[in-house]
Amino acid sequence: MADEPLLIAENLQLSFGSTTALEHATAEVHAGEVLALMGPSGSGKSTLLHCMAGILLPDAGRVTYAGRDLTAMHDDERSALRRTEFGFVFQFGQLVPELTCLENVALPLRLGGASRRAALRSAEAWLERLEVSDVAGKRPGQASGGQGQRVAVARALVTRPKVVFADEPTGALDTVNGDRVMQLFVAAARDTGAAVVLVTHEPRVAAHSDREAVVRDGRVRQQELVR
Amino acid sequence: MTVGHALLGLLEGGPAHGYDLKRSYDERFGQDRPLAYGQVYSTLARLLKNGLVEVEAEPGAGPERKKYAITQAGVSDVAAWLAQPEKPEPYLQSTLYTKVVLALLTGHDADDLLDTQRAEHLRLMRDLTRRRDTGDLADQLICDHALFHLEADLRWLEVTAARVQQLAAQVRG
Amino acid sequence: MRRWLTDLSLGVRLSVGGGRSGWARLALIADGVGLGVTMLLVAASIPPVLDARTDRAAARSVESGQTLTPGAPTLLTAEVRSVFHDAAINGRLLQPESDDAPLPPGVTRQLAPGDVVLSPALERLLASDDGAALRGRWGDRVVGTIGAEGLAGAGELTFYLGTDRLTDETANRIQSFGGATTPEEGLSPVLMLLALVGIVVLLLPVAIFVSTAVRFGSESRDRRLAAVRLVGADVGATRRIAAGETLAAAVLGLAVGGLLYLAVRQTAGYLVPGNLSFYPADFRPVPALAALVVVLVPVTTVLVTLSALRQVLVEPLGVVRRGSERRRRLWWRLVFPVLGLVLLHPLVTGLDDALGTQVMIVAGLVLLLTGVALVLPWLVEATVRRLGPGGVAWDLAVRRLQLDSDTAVRAVSGIAVSVAGLIALQGLVGAIGALTAGSQADTSTYQASVLDISGGAGADEVWARELAQARGVTAVGTLTSVWAAPDGPSGGSGGADDEGLLIDSGTCEVLAQEAQLDSCADGDVFVVLPDGATAPAPGSEFLLGGSRQGGSDDGGDGAGAGALAPWTLPASAKEVAPPEGGVTALNGGGPPRILVTPGALDGASLEPMSVTTYVALDPAEPDALDHLRTAAAQVDPVAYASPIEQRGISAALGGIRQVLLVGTVALLVMIGASMLVNVVEQLRERRRLLAVLVAFGTRQRTLSGSVLFQVAIPVVLGLALAVVTGSVLALALQVAVQAPLRFDWVGVGTTSGAAALVVLLTTAAGLPLLWRLTRPEGLRSE
Ligand SMILES: Nc1ncnc2c1ncn2[C@@H]1O[C@H](COP(=O)(O)OP(=O)(O)OP(=O)(O)O)[C@@H](O)[C@H]1O
Ligand SMILES: [Mg+2]
Repeated sequence: MADEPLLIAENLQLSFGSTTALEHATAEVHAGEVLALMGPSGSGKSTLLHCMAGILLPDAGRVTYAGRDLTAMHDDERSALRRTEFGFVFQFGQLVPELTCLENVALPLRLGGASRRAALRSAEAWLERLEVSDVAGKRPGQASGGQGQRVAVARALVTRPKVVFADEPTGALDTVNGDRVMQLFVAAARDTGAAVVLVTHEPRVAAHSDREAVVRDGRVRQQELVR
Repeated sequence: MTVGHALLGLLEGGPAHGYDLKRSYDERFGQDRPLAYGQVYSTLARLLKNGLVEVEAEPGAGPERKKYAITQAGVSDVAAWLAQPEKPEPYLQSTLYTKVVLALLTGHDADDLLDTQRAEHLRLMRDLTRRRDTGDLADQLICDHALFHLEADLRWLEVTAARVQQLAAQVRG
Repeated sequence: MRRWLTDLSLGVRLSVGGGRSGWARLALIADGVGLGVTMLLVAASIPPVLDARTDRAAARSVESGQTLTPGAPTLLTAEVRSVFHDAAINGRLLQPESDDAPLPPGVTRQLAPGDVVLSPALERLLASDDGAALRGRWGDRVVGTIGAEGLAGAGELTFYLGTDRLTDETANRIQSFGGATTPEEGLSPVLMLLALVGIVVLLLPVAIFVSTAVRFGSESRDRRLAAVRLVGADVGATRRIAAGETLAAAVLGLAVGGLLYLAVRQTAGYLVPGNLSFYPADFRPVPALAALVVVLVPVTTVLVTLSALRQVLVEPLGVVRRGSERRRRLWWRLVFPVLGLVLLHPLVTGLDDALGTQVMIVAGLVLLLTGVALVLPWLVEATVRRLGPGGVAWDLAVRRLQLDSDTAVRAVSGIAVSVAGLIALQGLVGAIGALTAGSQADTSTYQASVLDISGGAGADEVWARELAQARGVTAVGTLTSVWAAPDGPSGGSGGADDEGLLIDSGTCEVLAQEAQLDSCADGDVFVVLPDGATAPAPGSEFLLGGSRQGGSDDGGDGAGAGALAPWTLPASAKEVAPPEGGVTALNGGGPPRILVTPGALDGASLEPMSVTTYVALDPAEPDALDHLRTAAAQVDPVAYASPIEQRGISAALGGIRQVLLVGTVALLVMIGASMLVNVVEQLRERRRLLAVLVAFGTRQRTLSGSVLFQVAIPVVLGLALAVVTGSVLALALQVAVQAPLRFDWVGVGTTSGAAALVVLLTTAAGLPLLWRLTRPEGLRSE
């Protein structure tokens, strides 16, 4: 952890109208590290995650990924970055309902320009790795919630991103499924060397992380002083 | 030692007689196990000896008329105690609860306390998670048991902190 | 009954109380229904408009053939038909014979010779820069304008011109305006067909549009109903609640439609061509039809809602779409168009104006066009199932359509039906145009002619002199027609030439306009023989220069000046065919005519019955024709100047085309509106997914591409189906009016192209919403 962090958010400031969602929020992730963002509802966790991923632009402050300032990039550049370097898992409703699970996993590869056949081949491997090969030909609507989340995890990792952003990935799952998804997710991320920014309010889910940061009223509380 | 810290914390609100301290303690933390009067005096005596409290003499007072006040050393002792996370283990409630209430009484941030404790809990939970994910079935069952209890503690602490904060004004008043 | 009322009112409250999205849905449906209602009310207003126009036209009509003594409060009047550019200007000459002579409606004073009163539209036209070639055509002593009661419509071009040159022979004498019994002429089968097709084609899409509009936002409505079921409502109650919601929107739609109608009313009169124009006050719906609209539209919307609800199961935990896994069947969908074609068979076997035929044709058209709307979902499903993989955008669109093409098809079926109908209609109008404009008169020498049917001694010289001076006129040739009454034994014996015939004299160049001459030199005589006519025998003797009705009775004094000249048809006369594509050819038959060159008349100076002046126009002078018309009117307002190329009827068709165009534009606007709503709604439904895709770094290009494909695939299929159906229908209609069959590539291309363009534009208009929806807010769960 002595080396430079891979992704740094500094002094982020963001308001939606009169609500201040982020206020001097600062956070960093090192390569290969799993960071859990915790905190009460409405504290700004998702907003922070969106800013770090270059989905939202902060009003002030800077997000640096591998030395490049995300906030200064053109929108297309950030899109390309998200396509190639980042992966995403959300709580629900992220799979394209009309594509099969296999095609869903292949989608990011195809967006990145891979051929259809090659994309489907690696998608298949990822589905197998997350133990959901049996839903490959089904549409997301025909898979269970847990299977769907595994497909989503496979889709987030299929491009071998450097950072995976996960916002309550097990929020809609029961304990057993949630645990299994987290196990597979974190194991796969560690295998591929991806860093993970994980928003959760469940301590058991956060226990899969290397480090946690607590967001409260738009600020990140650093725990370093106690350690 | 919890009772000592509790009495110290109560004294931060202002000097008090031994009997008043027992009454405050019973009201807030005693529940169905009130503090024995003798224990109050022995505890105060120890605190006095350690220089954490001092006695404000009142003219013509007997021993039960002595008024105790917290010293500077006492104040920092309370602060240090509050900042120190408890070693995560089952059935911490009474200690954690005392801490939360005292934190509020003494004007400390209950969130700090929560965050500190969570960090400590998570540290243990990470170990348990790692052990569970790599261990055999027996390990898994034991680890899960511990994990659920630790999580319950943390959640309870979160809820308590939130509730107590809502009542903060009332408690202080 | 109480339950019904409670549930209905709950539905109304749900729709109004649904927050912003509830209002948005309500407004969408109301606007959609409103547009439909407007179209229906407009259609219902057409009969009163026609009636009002007819009434005012009747009030100024002139009854001919009255025997009145001059001097009583009488008036001589003759009609003047003129044209400016493509617009007809029909006016009247007035010659009051006493101070209390009748005044036409809208005119307040007697006109002295040379005084003219104009309709406001004509006045504007004269004053405009465009009207230069028109100025002075009827003098310049404008003494007033014609009031509204004297005009068929606000845009009518007409005038009254005072004169003193009318005579019993050239004019009608009347005591009052109006009262002419216009013979109750039934609509010709062709025009009836045109009207029927037009009404069906323009109104059927309205029905489809309204039924589409009712389903705007039905997905979120269904979810709301599911929530209502969760708290204990039964299936019946959800239906009634939905009906209540729709009813609220439909009633609002009636209000919107009413307002829009009032707006249209103020402007519609100006959108139609001048000679079909009317006053806003004429534009009011037939009360019975209006009542029908007010009742039927809400009822229909409720029925559509209920039938749509039958397709879904609203369960407490959500909405299940029925039969989405079931493949669509083709056979029952084909029943409609096939039945339609069967009903349309009178088109091929022969038209008549019996009510039964009309009903059959209308029903056939409705069935055939409805068939398009029915076959389309099957076609889209069957096609989309077979579409192969492509790029990401293509795949996303195809997969979406494979899963659920209903929503997309719903919007497109309106387009398909409209385009099919419009193609058929245009094919028909084009065919009628071809039928009437099919003359290929020879315009190499002369391009225009002026016909003066009053003639008189020396008239030909006057015409030749005056017209030669008109701007843009490069050469002039006159054809004088004299009456040839049979004379002597051969005439009296009775025969084809018993009644006499016309002898037209002119130079070879002029005669070439009248017949197909192989060779011609001065002194030649030709006999023009239409099909089936018998030629007068060579050597027949005629008396030239009489007048037709005069015949032998007053041949002496009627012709005056003793100009009757005997003439014998020489044996050298050549038989020739009528000109190609000439009027005679078109009508077929007719009596034979004799054409003579001046040399063959031995210089006899005859008083012509009529003079046709052929004029060569300078192609470099754009308004030459109208300058010619003005020059001709200055010589004699009644003379009729026209281009040799027959354009008379196609000008009338031009009016119909313009109406058709307005209707098409209105349809396209409606299509565009429903398409836009459809796209917006589909996007809104999927906002979360879109936001996720953007988070993944999907390019905007890919997303827009998928939206466009998703719209374009059904549209292309719909247009293809429409082109096929429309063309088949057009051919059948062409058979019906006995026009030469032809496929109107340009019309088909323009119509389907315009529809595709509208779709493209509206989809593009929906894209900014796409960008708004793909902002990260979309990631937040509702
Ligand atoms: N698009 C938006 N418009 C308005 N307010 C917003 C928007 N996004 C976030 N907020 C506000 O910003 C604050 C932080 O929101 P955020 O979603 O980041 O919280 P969170 O920590 O993720 O909460 P949860 O645990 O409930 O998901 C909240 O008060 C929220 O209401
Ligand atoms: Mg959140």
